[in-house]
Amino acid sequence: MVRSRNDTIFEWICTIFIGLIGLICLVPILYVVSYSLTPMSEMLKNGGFVLIPKQITMAAYKEVVRDPNMINALKVNVFVTVVGTLCNLVVTMMLAYPLSRSDLPGRSGFIRIIVFTMILSAGTIPTFLVVKATGLVDSLWSLIIPSLVTVYNFIVMKAFFEGLPTDLFESARIDGAGEFRILFQIVFPLSLPIITTVGLYYAVAHWNTYTAAIYYIQSTEKMPLQVILRRMINQASSNEVSADDVIPPETLRMAAVCFATAPVVIIYPFIQKYFVKGTLAGAVKG
Amino acid sequence: MSQAPLVQPVYKRPPLIARTIRAIRRYWPLYLMIVPGLIFFLVYKYAPFYGLQIAFKKFSVRKGIAESPWYNPWYYWFARFWKSSTSWQIVSNTLILSLSKLLVGMVPPLLFALAINECAFKRYARVIQTVSYLPHFLSWIIVFGIATTMLNEGSGVINRMIKSFGGTPIPFLTSNKYARGVLVGTDLWHSIGWSSIVYLAAIMGIDTSMYEAATIDGCGRFRQIWYITLPNLGRIFVVLLITKVGNILDGGFNQVYVFMNDRIRPTTEIIDTWVYTQGIGKMQYELATAVGLMKSVISAIMVLGTNALARKWDSALW
Repeated sequence: MVRSRNDTIFEWICTIFIGLIGLICLVPILYVVSYSLTPMSEMLKNGGFVLIPKQITMAAYKEVVRDPNMINALKVNVFVTVVGTLCNLVVTMMLAYPLSRSDLPGRSGFIRIIVFTMILSAGTIPTFLVVKATGLVDSLWSLIIPSLVTVYNFIVMKAFFEGLPTDLFESARIDGAGEFRILFQIVFPLSLPIITTVGLYYAVAHWNTYTAAIYYIQSTEKMPLQVILRRMINQASSNEVSADDVIPPETLRMAAVCFATAPVVIIYPFIQKYFVKGTLAGAVKG
Repeated sequence: MSQAPLVQPVYKRPPLIARTIRAIRRYWPLYLMIVPGLIFFLVYKYAPFYGLQIAFKKFSVRKGIAESPWYNPWYYWFARFWKSSTSWQIVSNTLILSLSKLLVGMVPPLLFALAINECAFKRYARVIQTVSYLPHFLSWIIVFGIATTMLNEGSGVINRMIKSFGGTPIPFLTSNKYARGVLVGTDLWHSIGWSSIVYLAAIMGIDTSMYEAATIDGCGRFRQIWYITLPNLGRIFVVLLITKVGNILDGGFNQVYVFMNDRIRPTTEIIDTWVYTQGIGKMQYELATAVGLMKSVISAIMVLGTNALARKWDSALW
């Protein structure tokens, strides 16, 4: 293929343009990470702007970990993410598999009941009253049960199950396998990619949970990370940098921000392709 | 030669009850699987509709929803909302914020996807793509933390730069002049990479023979984009736009609530944050429910309307 000069110039413009967007996405995150790791002396020498620190100190992180509220919040987050995601997956699977079977009588009615909730919702206050009536207020389960199934994830999973070859189920049934066995021993291993994807969607949502917590959780020791973090950011903002503090609040705040995001950012490169697959599955079907 | 019978043998469908019993007998394990999920939807998505009646009542927690007396006139809470001085403000704030996010947020992901696709260094493009998705996975609290670091009046990076050039620092996070801009900007930062995925997928789906033919006819790269890629993306663009218009009353509770402080409340208080503050904060359940009800109904109408519109566009134009 012969390339004209215009095409080459155009390609370079594109290359620079996406490079800029990449930098805009990355630099603020990188800055926060290095700020939390840079000793104050080096920070002050560079006028407060360091992207790649020469020296690294974990002092701010040690301080963050010493905060009992932070440790409590971390425990809450781990519990809600692990238990919550497991509950989400089991219930979503058990809902999506039967409703993916075209031979099930009443199937479209059930699907309609589920999809309808995407269009019309009763609103936050009536939902709050139900959560209260079911005794979940100020319990960690309020962060799990009221968001047990997401309609979007249900649709993605059902669409995947519909694509599985039905002969497999037929032959398993002839061999005497019950439906539960078919689901957990045949459908489950075949659907690992989509289950991973949907599981990761649920897990990230749980890790970042905030709205449910400010609605339903009252006692401080049950607050998840994001709520504690929001308080910390507000307390620490508007402080000038000074050399007197051992660890300035600004650095502490950034250490806390990194601490709370680390799990997501560290596993992110490995799981990124699953997320992309999930969005596309949703986009094609939805 | 056999003749077709005049009367077709009529298949009589057994009555509903008989059918149900037969279905349950045959498929009971499948129905059993549905039960937990179904209970979830009935309790946490459908039961709240019963509580909507407090929008028309004088609700007392002690008496409960059913026993609380009806308000006379029934529209008392609705009237009270529209008479208050803040009602128009929060409605217009919601619309302004959603519309600006929509206008600002539609085109950049499209340009980004085009540029990613045109870039000759594939590995480099893939790395950029991965980096650009990252902000999507950060919670709004983290984004707020990063934004504070960048934009804070006292110690933010940008204001330190302004000061070092001799300017006066700008209160990005606490001034009504900049609040909406900050919300729209951080929303774009949060979503630009992630929103480009759909366009990239659509670009991959375009028939490559069109480009081959265009190259033979002497089309440069820019013209190929203009005459082949963009028209092919038109459909998905319109569908996305219409879907977003359907959600215009949302405005993004999480982001707005996290970024809000008392000084920027006049320009950034949206319906959802107001409902939260009135309902949960001040325990004005009836008023908050009434406003939530209006929002839900209008949203549902808009979503249904725009969905129908999207479907029409989808079949009418292509």
